[in-house]
Amino acid sequence: MSLSIQRRAEESRVMSYCSPLLALVLTLITGALLFWVQGESPLGGLYTFFILPVADLYGLSELGVKAAPILLCATGLAICYRANVWNIGAEGQLLMGALIGSWAALNFLETTSSWALPLVLLTGAFAGMAWGAIPALLKNHFNTNEILTTIMLNYIALNLLLFGVHGPLKDPAGFNFPESALFTEGITLPVLMEGYRLHLGALFALLAVAVIWVVLSRTFIGFQIRVLGLDSSAAHYAGFREKKLVLLVLLFSGGMAGLAGVSEVTGPIGQLVPTVSPGYGYSAIIVAFLGRLHPVGILLASLLMALVYMGSEMGQIEMGLPLALGGLFQGVLLFYLLACDFLILYRIRWQRADTNAVASEA
Amino acid sequence: MDIDLITNILFAMVRTGTPLLLVALGELVCEKSGVLNLGQEGMMLMGAMAGFAIAFTTGNLWFGVAAGIAVGMLMSLLFGFLALNLNANQVASGLALTIFGAGLSAYIGSDFVGKPLTGMEAWVIPVLSDIPLIGKALFAQDPLVYLSFILFGAVFIFIYHSRPGLILKAVGESPDSAVAVGLSVIRVRYLAVMFGGAMAGLGGAYLSLAYTPLWSDNMTAGRGWIALALVVFASWRVGRVLLGAYLFGAASILHLVMQGLGVSVSSNLLATLPYMATIIVLVLLSSNQARIKLFAPMSLGKPFHKTQ
Repeated sequence: MSLSIQRRAEESRVMSYCSPLLALVLTLITGALLFWVQGESPLGGLYTFFILPVADLYGLSELGVKAAPILLCATGLAICYRANVWNIGAEGQLLMGALIGSWAALNFLETTSSWALPLVLLTGAFAGMAWGAIPALLKNHFNTNEILTTIMLNYIALNLLLFGVHGPLKDPAGFNFPESALFTEGITLPVLMEGYRLHLGALFALLAVAVIWVVLSRTFIGFQIRVLGLDSSAAHYAGFREKKLVLLVLLFSGGMAGLAGVSEVTGPIGQLVPTVSPGYGYSAIIVAFLGRLHPVGILLASLLMALVYMGSEMGQIEMGLPLALGGLFQGVLLFYLLACDFLILYRIRWQRADTNAVASEA
Repeated sequence: MDIDLITNILFAMVRTGTPLLLVALGELVCEKSGVLNLGQEGMMLMGAMAGFAIAFTTGNLWFGVAAGIAVGMLMSLLFGFLALNLNANQVASGLALTIFGAGLSAYIGSDFVGKPLTGMEAWVIPVLSDIPLIGKALFAQDPLVYLSFILFGAVFIFIYHSRPGLILKAVGESPDSAVAVGLSVIRVRYLAVMFGGAMAGLGGAYLSLAYTPLWSDNMTAGRGWIALALVVFASWRVGRVLLGAYLFGAASILHLVMQGLGVSVSSNLLATLPYMATIIVLVLLSSNQARIKLFAPMSLGKPFHKTQ
């Protein structure tokens, strides 16, 4: 008996759904091994990491708090990736939303108007859109690679944010800490349940999922985006305005990430701090892939990713493990996912050694 | 500006450009074989972390350098397995390598944050280092900078004046014809990917052992990505990689120039300069599509399926 690899006649739908689950199982096994190497009980480690953080209602509400910004970023990225636009810039778009949104919020500290908060949120979303428009315009008019420009814009946004908290937006009464003043209640997102931190931003995220679901499956724009992603020459032949679509997906993506950023500062954080995002924009890339660029898929994947963030905090508190374990799990998960996706196009079979195996080069 | 200031700027420019030069040379060879590896940042981080950890533990900087190179190569094998064996999308695989490298280096490196290390010292070459202006930049550097000069020369000869270099380019231009003449595309690409990994690991180790002898999370600060942009800037030509790396080195040390001129600007705003320079350079070079097509390896980024 030997293993043989055969190319499938067409992509396996079943495997495209199973591959993320298989990748998750492999990640859990790797995690268990890792805990074992650290001298911890493997099952105890997995329990601390993946069950304990959400063992009570407060934990579940915190899951929503963490998942909301990831999900908002991932909805935008999913649309971009559907159109074959490789936006890696959700992190920078989120940071710009937080920075410019905070600037707007600080101008409304004295106000009692109920229009202030919506205005602050819009400002943040627009800042994200503007940051997303840059790589779109550069790609459309100068043929620049959007992977490199969005990455560079992430680093620029981070430095601008640091400039803001160390300079113009620093709280004058803040003992020289690099933080803005605390936002007043009028410009803070309301929580959904008294006593918990889950805030309106979670609803924005769910709304965004609903929007991309309708857009992708029910509208002509969604159809154009999908065609552009699958075959850009077909899109060109069909007369779709490719540049307009590229701009559109990046504006949407930037807007969602900007909204995520401004929702963080006006929501759970309540002020501008240098550590607005522990890498939500990068995690959203994994979420988009893991969720198969599908609205329901990314909803589930963002909850999983939020759990990884909470788990690494719990692992640090309970077991003294480095916080970076979460980042490691995310990377491992993405690796396994890409490897398991092999099974979508190929099948592996046990074969008798004497038959003429049509073993293709893997 | 007096002559001392210019001498010091040139010196700092070469120092700052060295990690970019190393990583970009590796990526150039990799891309010449037709493989686009976006995992440079992740491999660099792992090289920096492993280099520091081993040098700190053993007390020998050269063990650290070797560890950085070895870890970079190991990381590149992960990418090779996904992109070359499993035919996974090269862009996604490279991104995965960077995300994984950032996570793993931060995890293993957490014990080494804030630890002190005596970095690599300069080997000042007598007489030559006294040449005005360029003497200090070229002959009063640490040994890894000299190594980068040698590696630059080696890659130059390899690409333009050697038979293996010809094979590499043949595989990158037309993998199908390469197979027809009996070359193993996958093997050549694996070797190119591993060379890229070794150079990224070395570039990372340079940062944590010579440039700023310390380890902190994400200390490469996007240099791996800038190196990728450098290859585009160089339009896949070796000589221009050197030029580009030092130009970017200059953009990164502009604050020194500013200080010399007595201008004070926020350090956070100055820190955006290399990234802005990267975008501007990409805009200037990418707009001419014909030029990109002329110089980029034909099969760049495309997975290779052996026809049966």
